[in-house]
Amino acid sequence: MVPLNYYLVLSGILFAIGTTGVFLRRNLITVMLSIEIMLNAVNLTFVAVGRYIGTVDGQIITFFVMTVAAAEAAVGLAIVIALFRHRETLSPDAFTSLKW
Amino acid sequence: MLLLIPLLPLLGFVINALFGRRLPRRISGGIACASIIGAFGVAVSSVLTMLGDPSHRIEQTVFMWLPSGELQVPFALYLDPLSALMILVVTGIGSLIHIYSVGYMQEETDGEYARYFSYLNLFAAFMLVLVLGASFPVMFVGWEGVGLCSYLLIGFWFTKQSAADAGKKAFVVNRVGDFGFILGMLLIFTNFGTLDFQNVAAAAAARAPETAAIGVMTIGTLLLVVGAAGKSAQLPLYVWLPDAMEGPTPVSALIHAATMVTAGVYMIGRNAVLFAHAPITLEVVAVVGALTALMAGTIGLVQNDIKRVLAYSTVSQLGYMFLAMGVGAFGAGIFHLYTHAFFKALLFLGSGAVIHALHGEQDLRNMGGLKKHLPITYWTFLIGALAIAGVPLLSGFFSKDEILFRTFVGSEVNGNHGYPVLWAIGVLTSLLTAIYMFRLVIMAFHGERRAHGPDHAEAAGHGAPAAASHGHGGGHGHGLHDAPSSMAIPLIVLAIGSIFAGYVGVPHALGGSNRLETFLHPSFEPPAHARVLTTTAESAGVGVRPAAGQHGEAAAEAHGDLESTELTLMGVSSAVAGIGILIAVYFWSWNPQTAAAMAARFGPIYRLLYNKYYVDEIYDAAIVQPIKLISTSVLWKGFDAGLVDGIVNGVGQVVNTTSGVVRRLQTGSVRTYAASLMLGAVLILGWYLWS
Repeated sequence: MVPLNYYLVLSGILFAIGTTGVFLRRNLITVMLSIEIMLNAVNLTFVAVGRYIGTVDGQIITFFVMTVAAAEAAVGLAIVIALFRHRETLSPDAFTSLKW
Repeated sequence: MLLLIPLLPLLGFVINALFGRRLPRRISGGIACASIIGAFGVAVSSVLTMLGDPSHRIEQTVFMWLPSGELQVPFALYLDPLSALMILVVTGIGSLIHIYSVGYMQEETDGEYARYFSYLNLFAAFMLVLVLGASFPVMFVGWEGVGLCSYLLIGFWFTKQSAADAGKKAFVVNRVGDFGFILGMLLIFTNFGTLDFQNVAAAAAARAPETAAIGVMTIGTLLLVVGAAGKSAQLPLYVWLPDAMEGPTPVSALIHAATMVTAGVYMIGRNAVLFAHAPITLEVVAVVGALTALMAGTIGLVQNDIKRVLAYSTVSQLGYMFLAMGVGAFGAGIFHLYTHAFFKALLFLGSGAVIHALHGEQDLRNMGGLKKHLPITYWTFLIGALAIAGVPLLSGFFSKDEILFRTFVGSEVNGNHGYPVLWAIGVLTSLLTAIYMFRLVIMAFHGERRAHGPDHAEAAGHGAPAAASHGHGGGHGHGLHDAPSSMAIPLIVLAIGSIFAGYVGVPHALGGSNRLETFLHPSFEPPAHARVLTTTAESAGVGVRPAAGQHGEAAAEAHGDLESTELTLMGVSSAVAGIGILIAVYFWSWNPQTAAAMAARFGPIYRLLYNKYYVDEIYDAAIVQPIKLISTSVLWKGFDAGLVDGIVNGVGQVVNTTSGVVRRLQTGSVRTYAASLMLGAVLILGWYLWS
């Protein structure tokens, strides 16, 4: 059986990749994909720890996270489309008018 | 029953205040007169009830007003001989003034007319509360109330700047006095534990008089005297009264004769026992009274406004009353208050009739020769002038002589300690009174009509601005009309009163029995002993002088001496009154040029008097301007604008500046937010993992 630490390290790496993507990518859709990677990194942790402890709680929470992720994707993509129609670009730096 | 007396005028006030604008003037004036006359009726029947009661006092507690621990103040009304006399004067003279006003204020519009009468009723109601109050706080309600009403009435024609200012002045000056009154009241409460007049009197009677040391009673009474000086227009707070002439003339009559200014004198009389135990205060009162009498008399000598002369004569006569109170002759002071109410009301209403006939002209220099046009006014006015001058057998003579006599020989209250100097001042003032009153009579009623002032020839007059502004042309009395009946009847009644009012107090020296003083005497005694003392006095056949009555023949002999002294003094003051009248006739009737020549010769003195000793100017420079300066530069610009506004604005400024810096954090860039989220999460996690 694969030890718990392997899972945790893997999910840590995935989370780091996702975070890096959020900060560095210049395309909103890619940013959203990166957020999905982060969420799934967390899911992996939940499932692994749940399995390690021997309960189903981790898996249940994972379902919740997946539901939220689906909703987020739906809303997020809708916003992205709206933004694109507005500005003809997908760079997050183009959308900074909501300030002071 | 007693409650009805102030309640009726109050009711009249409420009706006229609420519905007066919609009522025709006949009804609003009628309501006002009916309510005060009704109050007079109730007052008469209450007084009769009181006289029927062997204890000569009625007390009515209306409700518990301030039940608060040690301080228990019921709203109680108290009728004894002193307040009985006062309510009769207030409602009686007040009624006449109300009736007079019906005619005098005829030219006002309906709303104004009703407003005037509502104020007049309110004034009477508050004055009656003041007089009937059984304790300091109840009296204070009336005390403040008449102050308010004087403000409203003096400033009745408030569109005129000078009237509005005069009202304000009366209010502010009275406020100074009221402050003293409140302090005195508090001091009395902390020391005697009660504010009821009778309890205070009983408590004071139980203590030894503070002859040498200045104690609580002396300080307390001195503070009360400050209040009395404010209301009764004594030095140094008399300045509001002459300016009160800006109000309608019947108001002047009301303020000067029946109400308001008598409040201070009445208050001292009400607390006679307390004052008798503070001889130092009494001396202060006597000196203040004498000085006020003299000073106002000298000012009255040279004023040219008919009402202003009368105003200073009021101040002067009030000085007499204070003098009487100060020498312990409380009965004499109240006696003079009572006779003065008649002739001063008469004089004011008479001057009102003159002003009314001349369409607002108040300057004596523009009058003259009115005798044949205004016969009723002239004769009644003349009676008033004779009475105030102290001509024998008129009312003013009896009361004024009683005061002068008491000043000369003292009273039992101050141990028969006379003040010849104050007496001399009193006599001098009485001379001045006769002179200025007859100057007034001669200038207004005798000689030729000087319609347009001394500077214009009489014939040149028709285009003069004075005539134009009053809508009244001609120097020969065209359109001059004597007082209408609503004004004439009060004048005649008051004239009769001015002649006969004094006969209730004919002194022993003239074969009378000084009934008024005997009647009032119980009010000036501590409650427990009052009856005993009076009975002793009456059985000894002395009436008002129980102290003298207790010592048998020796006292009777001394009493005889006193009577001869009194007769001598009477002779002196009668002579003085006659001389005064002659001087006035000499200067202003026979040799009018001499008066002007004298004025020119004693220029500085004349100007000093004409400008009223520059007291207003001195007060302005010494008090008003510094207060204005401090208010403007320190309180307003320093404290309010600097400190208070500074704090408020400073808080806003700090928030604004900080926000200006902090808001830069909201960049609008989503990734910055994400970064700060991330950073926060890392920091919190790191913190937990670390520790």
